[in-house]
Amino acid sequence: MTRSVVITGLGPVCGLGIGIEPTWQGAVEGRSAIGPCRAFDASAYPCPFAAELPEDFRGRDFVPRSYRKATKIMARDIEMAVAAADLAARDARLTTRATAEQGDAQTSYPPHRMGAQIGAGLIAADLDELTAALDKARDERGGFDMKKWGAEGMHELTPLWLLKYLPNMLACHVTIVHDTQGPSNTITCTESSAGLSVGEARRVIGRGAAEVCFCGGLESRINLMSLMRQTFTGRYIQVEPGATTDPATLVRPFDRQAAGSVPGEGGAILILEAEEAFKQRRDADPEARAYARISGFAASQTVHPATRNRTPDPEGLAIAAAARRAIAQAGITPDQIDLIVAFGCGHPDYDRPEAAALHSVFGPAIGRIRICSTKPMVGLLGAGAGGLDLCIAARAIAQQKLPAVLNCDDPLDGLDAATGPARDADIRNALVLSTGLGGQNTACVLQRFDH
Amino acid sequence: MSPTMHSPDRPRIVVTGIGWVTPLGHAIEPVWQRLLAGESGVGPITRFDASTFPTRFCARVLDYDWRPYVRDAALHEGVLPNTAFALGAAAQAWQSAGLDRLDADGGLDRDRLGLYLGCGEGVIDFDSYVGSNLAGWDAEHNRVDPQRWYAAANASMQPVTEIEQEANMPLSHLAMEFDARGPSYNCLTACAASTQAIGEATEVLRLGDADVMITGGAHTMIHPLGVTGFNRLTALSTRNESPQTASRPFSADRDGFVLGEGAGIVILETLEHAQKRNAAILAEVLGYGASADAYRVTDMHPEGRGPLAAMQQALDDAGLSPADIDYISVHGTSTHENDHAETRAIKRLFGQRAAKVPASSIKSMLGHLIAAAGVVEAIACVLAIRDQTVPPTINLHNPDPECDLDYVPHTARKMTLRTCLSNNYGFGGQNNTLILRRYPPQS
Repeated sequence: MTRSVVITGLGPVCGLGIGIEPTWQGAVEGRSAIGPCRAFDASAYPCPFAAELPEDFRGRDFVPRSYRKATKIMARDIEMAVAAADLAARDARLTTRATAEQGDAQTSYPPHRMGAQIGAGLIAADLDELTAALDKARDERGGFDMKKWGAEGMHELTPLWLLKYLPNMLACHVTIVHDTQGPSNTITCTESSAGLSVGEARRVIGRGAAEVCFCGGLESRINLMSLMRQTFTGRYIQVEPGATTDPATLVRPFDRQAAGSVPGEGGAILILEAEEAFKQRRDADPEARAYARISGFAASQTVHPATRNRTPDPEGLAIAAAARRAIAQAGITPDQIDLIVAFGCGHPDYDRPEAAALHSVFGPAIGRIRICSTKPMVGLLGAGAGGLDLCIAARAIAQQKLPAVLNCDDPLDGLDAATGPARDADIRNALVLSTGLGGQNTACVLQRFDH
Repeated sequence: MSPTMHSPDRPRIVVTGIGWVTPLGHAIEPVWQRLLAGESGVGPITRFDASTFPTRFCARVLDYDWRPYVRDAALHEGVLPNTAFALGAAAQAWQSAGLDRLDADGGLDRDRLGLYLGCGEGVIDFDSYVGSNLAGWDAEHNRVDPQRWYAAANASMQPVTEIEQEANMPLSHLAMEFDARGPSYNCLTACAASTQAIGEATEVLRLGDADVMITGGAHTMIHPLGVTGFNRLTALSTRNESPQTASRPFSADRDGFVLGEGAGIVILETLEHAQKRNAAILAEVLGYGASADAYRVTDMHPEGRGPLAAMQQALDDAGLSPADIDYISVHGTSTHENDHAETRAIKRLFGQRAAKVPASSIKSMLGHLIAAAGVVEAIACVLAIRDQTVPPTINLHNPDPECDLDYVPHTARKMTLRTCLSNNYGFGGQNNTLILRRYPPQS
């Protein structure tokens, strides 16, 4: 039997806000952060909308002064991770090298008992920076000349250029900032990355290799190249040029009219902690609290050759398998789940298999379980998706409040997924699902933690 | 000191299949013989015109085609090199584990067949990418114009090629090829990725979440922007006049690593599952350790703090002490910094005995396979245990006085070999160690 693990800190960074308070408030109010893309002129793209971080987000504000120089080699994904980790650690009242204040005698845990498992995406190079160098390697006709690139062009790039874009740098910078010297991993499974990272952090703590882990995932696809690649996946909604639509209504999870998702940026870092260690820490700091216990986790793989695993099989077999195993591991029956934070990306090729999987796992009981999706609010976050969703579920269960549901006026048969406001509810257990391009799925069961 | 994680009643995990695609060949036995013979797989970069690059050589996979390895090539058309390498390595491993036969008998539970890979990002489609960037370049404002860039990219980029660049695509293709529906992960901790994948796959099995795991990794960074990135970091050897001697770990005149490419796959399963199907057991995974340097993203901790912690944790996990280790497969990249720090960490852990434990680097022959380095080195450990012979470190003619361990210079060595320790360290400070043991231990 492995050790029990609780969630003690939440650090979401998304269009709704920076940190758990504004994010949760947005989820309760049912706000959507989706609007015309601000980062660049995206009017040529089939989906020119995005859910971007609030304009005043500055990653460097979250970096300790002694480490600010390093922000020069942080892609936006990395900055978001460092910010999310800072927010999560402070939310957990965890004392690390970075959060320690003058007078703090020591950190909450020794460095080698802290880990970091952080999901990441395929980080795109800054095109202005790279192309300024490529431009120095043109031949007489204006095309690219590899010989000139080797001799001159490449030397225009800053020596540390590569380090800005390695996906493991999210975790590496977080380990340096907070001085965590225990196990550290970087999981790169598109939209399942954060869910898988949280599952792995739970295993790391469960087996005794660490007492506390920073885990989750972050990604920004709001740049020319990432947006192009994601457009090719066919999951974004296509908007007719000149159409007058309210961007807040575009993403419609589990609605019969669902037609696609919208890119978002962000994700979250969560603090996971061994329950026994957390209780000791709480004895010394009565304000420390746990949001929920992670009572079940399972991962699975879709095999759907017809779309080369770009979408789940119509029955959602692997999604159902993961959910079943996670629920069984939690020692409960499906009808004891009171909230499902679904992947619900708003594309019918994802929503319908997910709905089929839920029907198969829950049977008729599914009609009595509230199903929420964050995608109409924050867009499709890539590697950060599951992290943000776990934050929403953890806060919902701690607060005993179901978040608002947007844009589902005509739900798929038998699902309690219709548009509606946030409301108080008795939430004993919540199920959080994620499904990535390529077919990796996660299911995580959170259990109410009674203090 | 971390609490020992060793627990006698947890499931034991064994290696039952191995396969690789490397710069020295695409099958287990011939590559292994060439490694024991001390051959180098290094040659010129031919995939693009590197004639003006600071580094013009690499260790590349030659004459390789993934198609003969798969059941239905249509499922995999358009794959990029990482997936292509992984498919070949996995097919070898699958067959060597005898899983093809078990499968034919209907004896494999697909929901309990998992994957944990450490594969790199796919190779960028250089021509369309660079072409779009240049077409979009607005020299007046020193920026890429989004409208022009989009028009060029939309006209030149291929959807399949772009999607296949996601680092989890080898995972997705192996899942389809082997109908694997259990837990499925890809990690990318730079040069430590496939070691970490094997370690975490072991944990998935120990926890009872699967019976069999397909694990390992695949990577190439032998492409213009990959070489550019490492050249800018001055991490690569520039010994263009003598490529085959350029990878010279622990040599005083080493000047960087040599880029390699390829894949390795191992089949892990619970001992119970392997025994039930009478599988040939190649070795046992006895211990796994993972740590972070938490020092700098640009440098290793000079005293090898993270590597030391990973080794110690793996020993604790295995319930062993340093005295039990017979051989170390070192990370040994041939960079100034790695070889120093790793040597110091080994000396701190092994104390007086450090110089008596053979410790070699096959990167001297294969180059550095980045994400795939660890699994290929782990497979070499499995074969070393089988043949009671360890591979050499070649090109070590001029030892660095600060690197004073027994690196098994020049020639392979027969020895009594029960327990191996294998190290890999990722750029940025993620470190991993595996401990592999002969099975049965006394044979």
